[in-house]
Amino acid sequence: MSTRRNFLRGMVAASGAAVAAGAAKPAAARETRQRPPEALGLLFDATLCVGCKACVAACKQANDNPAEFSTVDRLWDTPLDTSAHTFNLIKMYRSGTMQTKDAEENGYAFMKTSCMHCADPSCVSACPVSAMTKNPENGVVEYDADACIGCRYCVVACPFGIPKYEYDSPTGKIGKCELCRHRYKDGRYSACAEVCPTGATLFGRSADLLAEAKRRLALKPGETAVFPRGRLRAADEGGVRHAVWREEPDQSYENVVGSYQQHVYGETEYGGTQVLKLSGVPFEKVGMPKLPPEAAAAHSESIQHMLYGGLVMPLAVLGAMTFIARRHVRHDDENEGENRDGR
Amino acid sequence: MAADRHAHHAPAPVGGNLFNAATLVCGVLIAIMIAVLAVRFVFGLGAVTNLNDGYPWGIWVVVDVVIGSAFACGGFSVAMLVYIFNKGQYHPLVRPALLASLFGYTLAGVGVIFDLGRWWNFWHIFTPGYANPNSVMFEVAVCISAYIVVMWLEFSPAFLEKWGMEDARRKLNKVLFFLIALGTVLPMMHQSSLGTLIVVMGVQVNPLWQTQLIPLLFLLTAVVIGYGVVLFESCVASSAYRRKIETHLLEPLAKVMLTMLGAFVVVRFGDLLVRGALPLAFQGSVAALAFWVETLCFLAPFAVVGSASARRNPARLFLAGVAIMLGGVFMRLNAFLIGYDTGVGVDPGWHYFPSVPELLVTIGMFAVEVLGYIVITRRFPVLPREEAQVAQ
Repeated sequence: MSTRRNFLRGMVAASGAAVAAGAAKPAAARETRQRPPEALGLLFDATLCVGCKACVAACKQANDNPAEFSTVDRLWDTPLDTSAHTFNLIKMYRSGTMQTKDAEENGYAFMKTSCMHCADPSCVSACPVSAMTKNPENGVVEYDADACIGCRYCVVACPFGIPKYEYDSPTGKIGKCELCRHRYKDGRYSACAEVCPTGATLFGRSADLLAEAKRRLALKPGETAVFPRGRLRAADEGGVRHAVWREEPDQSYENVVGSYQQHVYGETEYGGTQVLKLSGVPFEKVGMPKLPPEAAAAHSESIQHMLYGGLVMPLAVLGAMTFIARRHVRHDDENEGENRDGR
Repeated sequence: MAADRHAHHAPAPVGGNLFNAATLVCGVLIAIMIAVLAVRFVFGLGAVTNLNDGYPWGIWVVVDVVIGSAFACGGFSVAMLVYIFNKGQYHPLVRPALLASLFGYTLAGVGVIFDLGRWWNFWHIFTPGYANPNSVMFEVAVCISAYIVVMWLEFSPAFLEKWGMEDARRKLNKVLFFLIALGTVLPMMHQSSLGTLIVVMGVQVNPLWQTQLIPLLFLLTAVVIGYGVVLFESCVASSAYRRKIETHLLEPLAKVMLTMLGAFVVVRFGDLLVRGALPLAFQGSVAALAFWVETLCFLAPFAVVGSASARRNPARLFLAGVAIMLGGVFMRLNAFLIGYDTGVGVDPGWHYFPSVPELLVTIGMFAVEVLGYIVITRRFPVLPREEAQVAQ
């Protein structure tokens, strides 16, 4: 009896000390994370996209995904949105007469929909079982079905609506773009960039892609300029990091410079994304939401760490509650005999 | 204080027949639920639900778990009052409230399994190596699981008394104070975290609900809902079992509830004003309408049971309890579904309204709760003994 009381007194004291320690060092808010230095990603330039959807077909093939039909004849792969079996899709923007490509009024444009590989992904923060993780080196947001419990919190959390679930299966998995990470061991990069005929989808290091995007924004619309295709070679190409990629001929070509919105989508959104986008039409009109520079994951984890960091607060409250309850419940013990009589 | 308790009647079984209209209806509803669930586990979630990638969480999460567990806060709210604030006069309310909580939480825990797409992996959430402590859902899952165990232990004296296991009961009584302390801390943790769940959804949740204070708002409403549920249950149990209504307890309890509710309203509107989100409530949108329905439900009890004489009227107590419960329902539906917009409105193709089979499972879950409550109160010592028992 006395041992337990001492234990509890000790616990209360310990909790008090822990609170004091916690108060001395204010719980730091969890800052929004930045892209890792060797982050891999894509640059999608809507002004170069011709809407051929070769990337959609290549993605299906590379990821072993079945066709999805939305037409009566069921002849062609015609998904209406990304799904657990469609990780990449080209969507179309239409306005009025659809006269001019990449014009906001009376124009049309194409936009790629696939995982943005956020620097600070909501899906990774949300996942309770580490099935959704961010590769610490290349920053690819990876999914492990063997760990997944199918709670779909990642689906709810993603502001881009990217992770998708198989509702038609009793053993449904999440499906999303993993930047073709399964092909890297063979020296091959993302299939969508590999097949893109105009270089609208370009694969490379996010840092290099961001520099390339800024180069394009500085060009004069209507002029001709050189555009790389496939994989963007880094300025310091030849280093060990880049030796992993298969050698391929330089596919650069000349094309007309589009008239860009002066914004690289993904440079700062939610702390930055590894997939970057350029567009002639305002981003919100082509399905890219306006996002603050702080990631929701940082807000969420700041609250979690403030309340539960080192379990300081819960233990302190538990200590206090135990102390109080101990005093008040004792009355009940004394009343026990009386309670017996009542039966 | 102890003198107060001497006046109480010890809990006793209500007795009576277990086969009646109410239990039969519950039985049928439960059978239907089992049939729907069989289809769900064989063919997948899509076979019975209207869930989609725009609304991957439906009523099985928001109603069965988030709202179900809030409805199950009666035990927590009353235990706080009795054992922490030492209001011994409410002691007779503890066991019935705890019983309802026990069912609410246990079913919420079981209900999660129905909704998990890869349920056979559920143990990962408790396993180091898999578990992600940064995830709000991890906290919710661990905490709710722990609380379910604690509540069964807290409630077990009712079983031990019935089965005459006096030794075990006495041993349990010695550590009961610690279980009670755990039973107040754990709900504080996960009821607030159920609100924090929406923070990572970021701009997809309407700013009327997306706030850093959402954990506090969920916690305060959970406590208030706890009292509301006790009012509701006491009125329903009294009328169904034709027992005396405990007005002398419910009157002051309703007053405590109004005080807590007042605190919530101040925090709620203070937060909206400070963040400048209040103008959103005056736009012609579904979210704005939903906000006012929620708010009116939370304000209604001030009008219904504002005066001491009104609080002695059982019908008004019942209405106040229902209003609070509805306020809690709307707040949670709004934060998770009505105020939620996948992809921030750039992808307007998604809709969700629960399917009939989906509703039947939720209804079936409540039927389990009601059936369990009836069986246990009739056979185990939960409700205070009445002078002349009239239950049939």
